[in-house]
Amino acid sequence: MVMFTLRRFLQLIPVFFGATLLVYFLVFATPGDPIAALSGGKPMAPAVQAALRAQYNLDQPFWIQYGLYLKNLVTLNLGQTFSGQDVSAVIGRAYPVTARLAFMALAIEAIFGVLFGVIAGLRKGKLFDATVLVASLVVIAVPTFVLGFVLQLVIGVQLGWARPTVSGAAPWNELILPALVLGLVSLAYVIRLTRASISENMNADYVRTATAKGLSRGRVVVVHILRNSLIPVVTFLGADLGSLMGGAIVTEGIFNVPGVGNLLYKAILKGESATVVAVVGILVIVFVVANLVVDLLYAWLDPRIRYV
Amino acid sequence: MSENLTPETDLTKPVIPAAARQGKTSSRAIVHFVAPLEETPLAAIDNVDESEAPLSLWADAWRNLRRQPLFIISAILIVLVLVVAFLPQLFANVDPTSCTLNDSSAGPRGGHPMGFTLQGCDVYSRMIYGTRASLMVGVFTTLGVLVFGGIMGALAGYYGGWVDAILARLGDVFFALPLILGAIVMMQLPAFRDNRSVWTVVLTLVIFGWPQIARITRGAVIENRNADFVTAAKALGLSRFNALVRHVLPNSLAPIIVVASISLGTFIVAEATLSFLGIGLPDTVMSWGNDIAAAQPQVRNNPGVLLWPAAALSVTVLSFIMLGDALRDALDPKARKR
Repeated sequence: MVMFTLRRFLQLIPVFFGATLLVYFLVFATPGDPIAALSGGKPMAPAVQAALRAQYNLDQPFWIQYGLYLKNLVTLNLGQTFSGQDVSAVIGRAYPVTARLAFMALAIEAIFGVLFGVIAGLRKGKLFDATVLVASLVVIAVPTFVLGFVLQLVIGVQLGWARPTVSGAAPWNELILPALVLGLVSLAYVIRLTRASISENMNADYVRTATAKGLSRGRVVVVHILRNSLIPVVTFLGADLGSLMGGAIVTEGIFNVPGVGNLLYKAILKGESATVVAVVGILVIVFVVANLVVDLLYAWLDPRIRYV
Repeated sequence: MSENLTPETDLTKPVIPAAARQGKTSSRAIVHFVAPLEETPLAAIDNVDESEAPLSLWADAWRNLRRQPLFIISAILIVLVLVVAFLPQLFANVDPTSCTLNDSSAGPRGGHPMGFTLQGCDVYSRMIYGTRASLMVGVFTTLGVLVFGGIMGALAGYYGGWVDAILARLGDVFFALPLILGAIVMMQLPAFRDNRSVWTVVLTLVIFGWPQIARITRGAVIENRNADFVTAAKALGLSRFNALVRHVLPNSLAPIIVVASISLGTFIVAEATLSFLGIGLPDTVMSWGNDIAAAQPQVRNNPGVLLWPAAALSVTVLSFIMLGDALRDALDPKARKR
């Protein structure tokens, strides 16, 4: 298993460099002069401009810029934003918010998704099952930003149950609404996966054996069927955690959440490559690590799976 | 023949278990019933006409599809959306681009069932005419992803080795970048920003959307590349590449089509999201995403302007997802038996 983990991390290296290089290049190729934009369109002394360009290495050709960026990365220096803040500090402020949001969304998905999925799977073809299936299809088909606006309008404005937008500190209770929007689509997938998996395993021989041994229905469902049905669900949740931690540009935009998605979007529009590349780099690492954790969870869920 | 099928001991007779016979209580009353023998449908097996060719996967799937309500509903909806996209003038007789500010944000009235936008344009007419752009992005992105991702996945899966290693890493790089994030950065490039049209959006979505189809194709091709029919084709003198094109790929199509149908819906949503962020289709192109984005500031006063195009978008996406679901059931005979 150690070898397996190690190999996974080795595979991470080309993906990390590939993704950061790609994004760095795309931001580099974006037109517009970020330095000239700093003074708000007013003329700036050429000497000041040149000094700023040199400070951000913008006067160098592309490969040198990327090389200098990597050199700084080795010393854990993520560079500075154009307004002079450390990128690591900016990300450090935004990341906890996104992490809270991702955690809440994931909790909503996991708890309600598995619960509804198990009930629907056990009562396949009944009213509850049909309702859940249709509802999940509708939720998948509605775009996130429409869902966000409608929930913001209905729950936030008309009913007044939650704040329609999030304040600067982004405490837990204000994040419920965006977390719900983020979690709903994946919730639909989790329900469908759990349901399919449960109804497939319900007729398995080991379930009949467990029932024949005289185990209670609840124990059979939770310990035998559920544990054996969780692998596809865990796979999905792991991949979803990876994408949630990358920040949700649209949802964070609608609810004004000061998270990574918002930061990323603004940085892309400003052409601030240091921030964009740093966020994407973190995103790639989180994505790969989340998938690795999922693979290791398999072995715990199904001891027949071994890694060498 | 039939005598042989009768078991020597009559199993339907109650059997008294040994434990019960030794029991202290007079448990002779406890009887165990043994389940009746499973009947083999001999007649059905005998009646199979062996001279007739068995149904192909596709014929079998089609027979199953015709009976699925999910498929029928989604097929009708998709045909309807296609007709609307090709001939919008059949469905709306109000010009969506002739807007009078007198009607700004006015409610529904005769001939204008969904009311007016802030600019005084007819919401219903814009919804009908917006179908084409949204559908075009979905269809052409899916085609592009199928061709590009399909080729990459097929080569990686069929040839394996270093080809696979390189293509898989390349796919990972693009896969690790979320579709929307990649598209936002891409659409900022001068070549894209200055020529915004349906085609630049399609190209962007293809560039960041292909790894998924590539992965599915790779898996399906690996499953089939060592099958007996491929070995046979090669033994008959077919070149390695021709065996891939003529035998491996056609037999790997089923999962690819299912994923393509579902992702067609996601691409339509992606276009709407990009247009919503203001970097997708240009304002001159009528699309659901642009209309939703334009309606957003007025959502509290006039939610209908946002909800109608959103509903059209959702129904279209829903029908493609349902089609994919129905196809998955039909093309996987093993799952269907249950």
